[in-house]
Amino acid sequence: MSSQSTRVAASRMMGIYEPSHLISMWGESVKGNGSPNTGVSTIVGVDSELDKKLEETSNGALAPSKKYNKEASTLSNKVLRRLAQNREAARKSRLRKKAYVQQLESSRLKLSQLEQELEHTRQQGVYVSGAYDTSHLGLSGSVDSGVVTFEMEYGRWVEEQMRQTCELRTALQAHVTDMELQILVRSGMNHYFDLFRMKAAAAKADVFYIMSGLWKTPVERLFLWIGGFRPSDLLKVLVPQLDPLTEQQFISVYNLEQSSQQAEDALSQGMEKLRMTLSETLAADLLGAGSYASQMATAMEKLDAIVSFVNQADHLCQQTLIQMVARILTTRQAARGLVALGEYFHRLRSLSSLWADCPREPV
Amino acid sequence: MEKVMRMASGKGVVMFSKSTCCMCYAVKILFNELGVNLLVHELDHDPEGREMERAIMRMGYSTAVPAVFIAGKLVGSTNEVMALHLSGGLVPLIKPYRVMS
Repeated sequence: MSSQSTRVAASRMMGIYEPSHLISMWGESVKGNGSPNTGVSTIVGVDSELDKKLEETSNGALAPSKKYNKEASTLSNKVLRRLAQNREAARKSRLRKKAYVQQLESSRLKLSQLEQELEHTRQQGVYVSGAYDTSHLGLSGSVDSGVVTFEMEYGRWVEEQMRQTCELRTALQAHVTDMELQILVRSGMNHYFDLFRMKAAAAKADVFYIMSGLWKTPVERLFLWIGGFRPSDLLKVLVPQLDPLTEQQFISVYNLEQSSQQAEDALSQGMEKLRMTLSETLAADLLGAGSYASQMATAMEKLDAIVSFVNQADHLCQQTLIQMVARILTTRQAARGLVALGEYFHRLRSLSSLWADCPREPV
Repeated sequence: MEKVMRMASGKGVVMFSKSTCCMCYAVKILFNELGVNLLVHELDHDPEGREMERAIMRMGYSTAVPAVFIAGKLVGSTNEVMALHLSGGLVPLIKPYRVMS
């Protein structure tokens, strides 16, 4: 809570308003209120203690006026009328002030929401603007709508992941039933499957966008492998959090790690072959007049193949998760595993934020 | 279709491929890693390659290659092979065809 609204809230309770810039701003809006006794009502609008005193005074004034003669009572009528007007003006002033303060508070809320959104978008999207600078990557200049869609959806995906991780962590600590845990685990898995679906669609639109990991934070990009995380990397993060494992589980996990590693190696070598043949295709006949057009056509086909590698890498990730959750781990272990993964990704992103905020000027 | 089945039957682990396909290369690497003597049939070098491609796709695959058969039975494309391997089901299937080095 900002100091300003704390003061307002506190002073509301105390009935005393601190003379800060709030008051001077308030004074501005009160000036044009058309009240006959602007002088009096300004003071009254600001200080509710004074309000009370004035009420008392005007009530008190009723008693003595009855003692006077007719002239005096006419005079006191004027006074009464003026006092009534003052009260009315004061009341209106107070209402206006209340509305103004409420407006301020909702604006403050909106501002902090916008700041949060901005921070989030900055984290996710600041590198996109760099990449979509046409001179930098030689793109045609228009941002692919498939990419824009992905950016938006991914932002929401990350938020939802954090929420789900929290929810799962709370459920584990609250010792809910296995059945309830299972529901949450299922949601968590489906959430990851959603990501793979989103990535597949984006890869179809612009495979280089996915391959470059521009949609990830810098630290996550350190671990980039064919547009995503390496399944065996994730297993290495996951397994130590799952102690104790039974001997059978231990063997299963070990075998899964082995198989995953072998599959990853195969895909890595396939990508290497792709790079090599692309290079060979483009490098043929560089000095001659030759077959530029057909070479380019062949090269274009090679680029299409990258999409299948990205999809296959994600497929590996998905299968690894499924094997762990559906075959090897208990419900409780699976829940802990998902929390661990969620927390790990969160820390990678947080580190990126920290690094971005840290000034790195030369000494 | 008959040619596909004929080529696949009785010959252990058979993969239909194309020489330009890098994913096929990746699957080949995997089987090599597992010590399997893989029989690769390049469809782009086969006069009836186009028809064989269509036959494989009619079995329900969006890409004809790679297509892996083990003991005459269709295992599937890359997705199926990878999933099978991670589940631990691939090694038992290829055991009879492993070349122990």
